[in-house]
Amino acid sequence: MTVLSNISFNAEGFMTDPKQWNKEIAAELAKQEGLETLTDAHWKIIDFCRATGLATGKSPTLRQITVGTGISTKDLFALFPKGPAKKVAKIAGLGKPEGCV
Amino acid sequence: MKTFLILGAGTAGTMIARKMAHALDLNQWKVIVVDKDEEHYYQPGFLFIPFGYYKREHVVKPIRGFIARGVEYVVSNVEALEPAENRVTLANGRVIQYDYLVVATGTDIHPEETEGLKDGGWGENIFDFYTYKGAAALASAISRFQGGRLLVNVVENPIKCPVAPLEFMFLADAYFTRKGIRDKVEITYATPLPGAFTKPVASAALSKILDEKHIHVEAEYNTGWVDSSRNMLVSYDERELPYDLMVSVPLNKGAAFLGAAGIADELNYVKVDKYTLQSTEYPNIWALGDAANIPASKAGAVIHFQMEAAFKNIRAHMQGKPMPDAFDGHALCYIETGFNKATLIDFDYTHEPYPGTYPLPVVGPFALLGQTLPNHWGKLAFRYMYFMMMHGIEIPLPNKFSMVGKRV
Ligand SMILES: Cc1cc2nc3c(=O)[nH]c(=O)nc-3n(C[C@H](O)[C@H](O)[C@H](O)COP(=O)(O)OP(=O)(O)OC[C@H]3O[C@@H](n4cnc5c(N)ncnc54)[C@H](O)[C@@H]3O)c2cc1C
Repeated sequence: MTVLSNISFNAEGFMTDPKQWNKEIAAELAKQEGLETLTDAHWKIIDFCRATGLATGKSPTLRQITVGTGISTKDLFALFPKGPAKKVAKIAGLGKPEGCV
Repeated sequence: MKTFLILGAGTAGTMIARKMAHALDLNQWKVIVVDKDEEHYYQPGFLFIPFGYYKREHVVKPIRGFIARGVEYVVSNVEALEPAENRVTLANGRVIQYDYLVVATGTDIHPEETEGLKDGGWGENIFDFYTYKGAAALASAISRFQGGRLLVNVVENPIKCPVAPLEFMFLADAYFTRKGIRDKVEITYATPLPGAFTKPVASAALSKILDEKHIHVEAEYNTGWVDSSRNMLVSYDERELPYDLMVSVPLNKGAAFLGAAGIADELNYVKVDKYTLQSTEYPNIWALGDAANIPASKAGAVIHFQMEAAFKNIRAHMQGKPMPDAFDGHALCYIETGFNKATLIDFDYTHEPYPGTYPLPVVGPFALLGQTLPNHWGKLAFRYMYFMMMHGIEIPLPNKFSMVGKRV
């Protein structure tokens, strides 16, 4: 049994029910994304995404994260390499950030 | 006297000003429209400028010629909006107190937001085609281009007319083919999206066209900075893309005074209800066209479709009645695919673009997601329809999205 065994995911690996989420799950999902340890800087962003994601029903975009947390895009990429918006959404138990119209 | 104030005299501002001047009793209402510019741009025509198909006279007209009788037109930059005071301050010092406000200031490009984009090769081997000036400068660069790497980059979404960069590459492919140098030109498209377009069915169809035309797609590309000393575009995940000629679609943002007024999102787009188009913060403010933060394409055709709903809702609100009409997010885009062909997509908030036919009375039907000559005529006819619209002549395009003719 791991912390993830009772959790439901969609085909792309995003949790389907954000209510099932907790910090332990986040740490486990982070490992799957190649992040062995989550620092305070990581948590600041994860917490921000949780809060906006639950309030709006949508995962925040890259720009919403940088504007909302004051972290530069460069630093955000350093913390969550490759696609930060997608990666944080996954770790925060939210859906995939929507493409734009 | 009451004041109905409109900010921006582009596509949306011109249309709503005319409708209001016709509907309101001008003994009781003043209708004022403010624009920083004296020129009205037919922006869809910017696409044809870089290849010499359109000239200045096709796309630039005096704003004054489109302002309806009874409307006061003020030329000045809007400096500040204080929504709690119902007050707008202009650069020329004039302060306007309003009863109703429509924001129609559109969206503009911001190359200065990307490191190295504006200070290196901008205007030399880096250009935009989202402004008349940019498109005209690009025209001479393209006519001189003898081969090499052409890089087309969308910095960040949303952008207005999200298909325009694709159309640009399709036309570039045709242009260089005709010139006999297509085998010397490498075309690459760097986009933050996972594919060619935002909606899956259309994205697959458009990817196929890109493939056939040997246009390489660099997907999920988050533009970091430009190193113009090496002619290199670099992403945040450090993918380097070299260019000889770069065509950039820089970050698009709404007018800064909207962010400062506290009625807009992080890109300065006014927060509105996506069905009524009324501000979520102040009940006497509406936002139309590109300036609104609705999840619909930022396109002229969308403005045509939303105009009736916005107008009816504003009128009802003035009379204290419930708002009767809901905008459905309807968008209809002709996509120029080169060699005198075009394709067509039609969608709304809930339906993505499907293949089939678009049953337009008299001039249709048009092929959805297919590449045909009549669609190309449709695209060219769009310019005439646009200027008819700006003069207040009704055009025969039904407002609401319909599934008639579509294959799912
Ligand atoms: C290259 C390109 C191709 C396109 N192709 C298509 C297409 O094929 N089909 C389609 O439907 N649409 C297309 N579009 C999009 C279409 O042109 C726009 O969506 C439409 O014109 C937006 O209208 P608007 O009224 O919202 O804004 P605009 O028409 O841009 O008007 C905004 C006005 O506000 C004024 N303004 C801004 N800030 C201030 C301020 N602070 N003070 C005073 N005035 C201000 C500006 O001067 C401007 O006149 C294309 C756009 C581009 C750039």
